[in-house]
Amino acid sequence: MTDLLAAKHVDPKSILTGSSPAVADHSEGMSYLERLPKRLITLYLPLVLILIVLLFPFYWMALTAIKPDEQLLDLETFNPFWTWTPTLKHIQKLLFETKYPLWLWNTMFIATSATVLSIAASVLAAYAIVRLRFKSAQWVGGAIFLAYLIPPSILFIPLSTVVFQYGLFDTSFALILTYPTILIPFSTWLLMGYFKTIPFELEECALIDGASRWQILTKIVLPLAVPGLISAFIFCFTLCWNEFIYALTFISSTGHKTVPVAIVNEFVDGDIYRWGSLMAGALVGSLPLVVLYAFFVEHYVSAMTGAVKE
Amino acid sequence: MAELAIGRGREKKTAYTVTAWDRLKTNREWLGWWFMLPAVAFLILFLAYPLILGVWLSFTDARLGRPGEFIGTENYEWLWDDSIFWTSVFNTLLYTGVASAVKFAVGLYLALLLNENLPFKAIIRAVVLIPFIVPTVLSAIAFWWLFDSQFSIISWSLKKLHLISTNIDFLGDPWTARWSVIFANIWRGVPFIAITLLAGLQTVSPSLYEAATIDGASAWQRFRFITYPLLTPIIAVVMTFSVLFTFTDFQLIWVLTKGGPVNATHLMATLSYQRAILGGHLGEGSAIATAMIPFLLAAILISWFGLQRRKWQQGEAND
Repeated sequence: MTDLLAAKHVDPKSILTGSSPAVADHSEGMSYLERLPKRLITLYLPLVLILIVLLFPFYWMALTAIKPDEQLLDLETFNPFWTWTPTLKHIQKLLFETKYPLWLWNTMFIATSATVLSIAASVLAAYAIVRLRFKSAQWVGGAIFLAYLIPPSILFIPLSTVVFQYGLFDTSFALILTYPTILIPFSTWLLMGYFKTIPFELEECALIDGASRWQILTKIVLPLAVPGLISAFIFCFTLCWNEFIYALTFISSTGHKTVPVAIVNEFVDGDIYRWGSLMAGALVGSLPLVVLYAFFVEHYVSAMTGAVKE
Repeated sequence: MAELAIGRGREKKTAYTVTAWDRLKTNREWLGWWFMLPAVAFLILFLAYPLILGVWLSFTDARLGRPGEFIGTENYEWLWDDSIFWTSVFNTLLYTGVASAVKFAVGLYLALLLNENLPFKAIIRAVVLIPFIVPTVLSAIAFWWLFDSQFSIISWSLKKLHLISTNIDFLGDPWTARWSVIFANIWRGVPFIAITLLAGLQTVSPSLYEAATIDGASAWQRFRFITYPLLTPIIAVVMTFSVLFTFTDFQLIWVLTKGGPVNATHLMATLSYQRAILGGHLGEGSAIATAMIPFLLAAILISWFGLQRRKWQQGEAND
């Protein structure tokens, strides 16, 4: 019975549950061979344990953010795993007494600009590699994949001197211009996969009708690749929001910081009750991404697996 | 230019004239490079150039705000005798080795569990990925609080269960600190591996399992001879990425321990940040960063061969 319900419930979200339609037919598979007690031990118990470990830090983060100060450090008189007197004090303090809104705005502005820039560049690059197929397109594709494998940790020192030379140090542009180096290889690779699935015949028709390459790209390829664009956009946005080492190195003044850097550097003072506001900061900083994720789960998963598969 | 002229001459035989500009507009080579220009410009200015500059800096005595002079391999010789550097290399290898192995084992196990027929399958799968979505720094801060020396809920729970008598000093002792950060890294990495392997699992046809079951294969045999071989290519790629990003990890360590206590948990990335940006010795920091490159190359080669085999298995042309 539960299996049936699950199958019905799952159907629309086919990417999460099984991307190939062949699998959907077999959704029950061989699981009817196993009886409930066995499934309880081998399946549900380990799954629940893993889920608890994966989610507990967030529960703890959220709980700490709404606990009154006196309950935070007193684990004996109050039950530490629950509170009956939630307070919004920490969040209020965060939003009205610190520069948190400004940091949120910085993060959002930088993430959006860097993502838009990277996607524009990646669309052109991916189209050129997949469809224009100029000589050495193969090589360029390979080089872009290699660029994906160069981590920020070995680039931030020379980049900091480069950023300084270009006069970008301690401005948003330092980040807006350097993040694309992380995002372009990823999204180009992802979009190449999407563009390959668009039938070549459509373009040939357009070419015969006298469309230019630019018209083909904007009027035929892009509208058909919208799911891919959304995937790339969301994933890039998340990567930007997540980025830490460049933001830590290239930004020095409080007003220009992004949320992750600001939380680590600005909240860590001697205050014994800082945990409440720290956790509130972490919670509020994560929420936009979690909400975005909740709306676009399928795109997200396809971006993640697409990047690995291609 | 000569080519274009010839082309133009040939075109003239037909009824209408094609200008050089017309030909250029449809020339694939020319258009291709224009389309590539933005991406290539970004990657050269902010990726390739800094990469080369980093290697160059490692042979100089550059400091913050002062260009250095070439000093040969002095930075490397200095690092060779530096015990903190060797501790960081040891930590990086330990961190990468243990975390990747456990992440792979738990990730594969979780993927197999999620591949079963479950109620609320989609929701569970979506929830599993949340640790990967939330910015690392922010979840690291939650771990920082969980690992607090006085008010850790983990210590408190274990004390209530009478398993320990005093608080565990999670981040204050070198070895507990190492295991704590490794745990946090595993926690953060498992969802990514589980969901990508799950995507791989779903391409395995269920009829293979049914056929094997009819032939009397045990659960282990089904995993060993069906699941594992079919999953190998995607495992190769996922693990290369995982190793690569674990090896160069910076955020978790920086938030949780900043390389402390007494430099015991420095990874190569955090040590290079400390030496180059906080200490101002750009040359030395670059030398540490450059020392990571051979390891990364090894990981990339593994990835390359993993990808090659995948194409071969699918019978796909190398296109």
